[in-house]
Amino acid sequence: MENKIRSLRMEHISKRFPGVLASDDISISVGEGEVLALVGENGAGKTTLMNILMGLYQPDEGRILINDEEVRFRGPEDAFRAGLGMVHQTYMLVPSMTVTENIALGYKKAWKHMHLDLAAVRSRVVEISERYGLAVNPDAYIWQLSVGEQQKVELVKTLCLGAKFLILDEPTSALTPQEVDELIVLLHKMTEELSIIFISHKLQEVKALSNKVTILRHGKVVFSGNTDDYSSQEIAAKMTGHEIVLPKNQGNPSNDEVALSIRDLVVMSDRKTTALDHLSLDIHSGEIVGLAGVSGNGQRELAEAINGLRKVESGSISFYGKEIAGCTPREVINEGMGYIPEERNTEGIVPAFSIKENFILKDVSSAPFSKGGFLDGKKIDSTAESLVERFDVRCPGISTAAGSLSGGNIQKVILAREIERRPKFLVAVYPTRGLDMGAVEFIHQELLAIREKGIGILLISEELDEIMDLSDRIAVIYKGSIQRVLDKAEATRERLGILMAGVKEE
Amino acid sequence: MIDIITNMLSMCIPFSVALLLASIGEMFNQRAGVFNLGCEGVMAMGAFVGMLIPFMAGGGGAVSEWYNFLGFAAAALLGALFGLFFGVVTVTFRAPQGIAGIGLQMFGVGTAGTLFRHFVGGTQSIPGIPDIDIPLLSDIPFFGDVLFSHNAVAYLAYIFIPVAWYILFKTPWGLKVRAVGTNPRAADSMGINVSRTRYEALMLGGALAGLAGAYLSIAQAKMFSDTLISGRGFIAVALVYFGHWHPAQIMGGALLFTLAQTFQTIVQSMGISFPYELAVMLPYILVIVVLSFTSRNQTTAPVSLGKPFNREIRT
Repeated sequence: MENKIRSLRMEHISKRFPGVLASDDISISVGEGEVLALVGENGAGKTTLMNILMGLYQPDEGRILINDEEVRFRGPEDAFRAGLGMVHQTYMLVPSMTVTENIALGYKKAWKHMHLDLAAVRSRVVEISERYGLAVNPDAYIWQLSVGEQQKVELVKTLCLGAKFLILDEPTSALTPQEVDELIVLLHKMTEELSIIFISHKLQEVKALSNKVTILRHGKVVFSGNTDDYSSQEIAAKMTGHEIVLPKNQGNPSNDEVALSIRDLVVMSDRKTTALDHLSLDIHSGEIVGLAGVSGNGQRELAEAINGLRKVESGSISFYGKEIAGCTPREVINEGMGYIPEERNTEGIVPAFSIKENFILKDVSSAPFSKGGFLDGKKIDSTAESLVERFDVRCPGISTAAGSLSGGNIQKVILAREIERRPKFLVAVYPTRGLDMGAVEFIHQELLAIREKGIGILLISEELDEIMDLSDRIAVIYKGSIQRVLDKAEATRERLGILMAGVKEE
Repeated sequence: MIDIITNMLSMCIPFSVALLLASIGEMFNQRAGVFNLGCEGVMAMGAFVGMLIPFMAGGGGAVSEWYNFLGFAAAALLGALFGLFFGVVTVTFRAPQGIAGIGLQMFGVGTAGTLFRHFVGGTQSIPGIPDIDIPLLSDIPFFGDVLFSHNAVAYLAYIFIPVAWYILFKTPWGLKVRAVGTNPRAADSMGINVSRTRYEALMLGGALAGLAGAYLSIAQAKMFSDTLISGRGFIAVALVYFGHWHPAQIMGGALLFTLAQTFQTIVQSMGISFPYELAVMLPYILVIVVLSFTSRNQTTAPVSLGKPFNREIRT
């Protein structure tokens, strides 16, 4: 059991779910001290494959070999025993428990008959976190921790349980750029003792971390090779099946009238602390202003305050000269505001509603979709058909439940709805978070296209590349107020990073 | 006046026991992520079986204490079986818990009444179990009456509160229960058998509800009738929310509710001119009012409460 994992192979794995072949004859192999990047677009079957490896799903066909011996995992416990540990994309932590208690759940050595030896678990946590340089407070409750801290807890947990082989499912998808850099350094150190498989579709990380790369598309392996032999562009092309070049904002800065003018805005967070502290910002029509900042500095609250979803304590929000602070969401929508919310699955769509119903959510009670109190089914269908076509929403039909679509397609549904309403302004919050390259490309093109039409956009994002590619001006938010607004030409990654960390420029 | 207060408070402890046992049982269910609205029905069955055994043994007359003990044991066992059955329906077959619970409640109350008429007939009393005066302590004025001269089961029920706390927070099983009720997917990924843990919690909860019913018939009313439980099972479910899934706070809730009940009994028996309908309503109104003002603290609530778990279906 204490033996090292010198090699791990999955051979000819197939897994069927109702209606889809999630894994189609997949084979991968990882040797001692190697890092394999498992790359592919959303829905390519990466997570399914890893869940099979961890014994969470049973494969229909194929076998798993560790050190050339076939193993069968009936559940995650068998996988732990073999030395595998997985950090899931949605963290597997119980928010109402402490870090120590969460780790105790899997640390059976502390399970005495009538007693749980939490002291033993705690000292193990401290030992592991010191050995790998993962700073965690063993007594903190999970709900008190940031996403980055929770991920460290997940890593500590996996290592405490004796993992000699790490599986990381999109480890960076919810982290800030600083946290990502930190994580890459940490993982590099760990490869001295462990082998790692990590799932990602961010190519910089793949290049920075992995020795080998395997690319999946539609449940099949389309490519395997050594990372160093290929450029990011080559890998991206193999992943999507075509060459991807993200569009850039080449336009001239707008001198049009001010569309949205925010003055001394004060807003409270959910925890009743000051989220926006006298924030002021002007955005012109036909201009994209990128709001850069470490998440949790008031971005969410700003978007909600503009859209009437959060109470404004003081200050003003003027929209083409009309005061909208304190208006209801309906009134803000009627003024011509478009909104791509942060949580696409819960705020952007009604998951149980069909795609066509989600298209008309904001217009159910007005022409052309509603006549005399009845919905006009034909009009709704024809509009939905044309939107699905134009925005390339991949779906079985317009009556499919929107919640069953992949993240990228859900985002296209939201984008289609907001753009089709011909807004005067658009607030886009993390519009490409967690999406694959193909979807990112499409959404960036659309945002630039509506900018050309003279619509102002407030783009809130944590991807500096996205902000720098698309914005005319970049505003840096820190602790609820704007640190500084930079023109596109003066912004560099380094300068933005310093401003985002709260350092004032002279 | 002091007599009235002593009287009221000394009724409070024994009258609160049934509620307390049932709601601690329900707490284990809910901590594991399943709410059992059928608590009322399980209590009715427990009350009937608990009364039936000493009644059959003694024909209504005096019986050995062992038969009372046997009554409690049978009620607990039957309650555990009901918990097991509820687990089959809601955990294995993933039926909606609310509907299944209401079904169990009707089944339990109805079956208990029918069997009672078949085996016992009309109103029949049993001797019940005696109060035990704890030497020395029961001689303390006021506190002696209020705290130290009750029946054995009442003492045991109160001793069980810290035990329940210990089980929930200091044992591996308690840790499993809290995990499967809050994030079953996380528990599953750590190799914990979610279904099994939920079954175990439901059986413990059922056993406690059965005991609670038997307490009502053997120790409190010393008889059985169709209306013996009279909504206590539902109040027990409400008390779990009221007490934020914590044994000590649930105990506080049970005492508060019982105090309001004894208050109205005393008001009536003293002939104070106060509309008795209002007095009878008081405890229930109190529960509703307090429930609507208690803070909804999401950090302790078992957030997967009521949601069936299926490993291969993502939500």
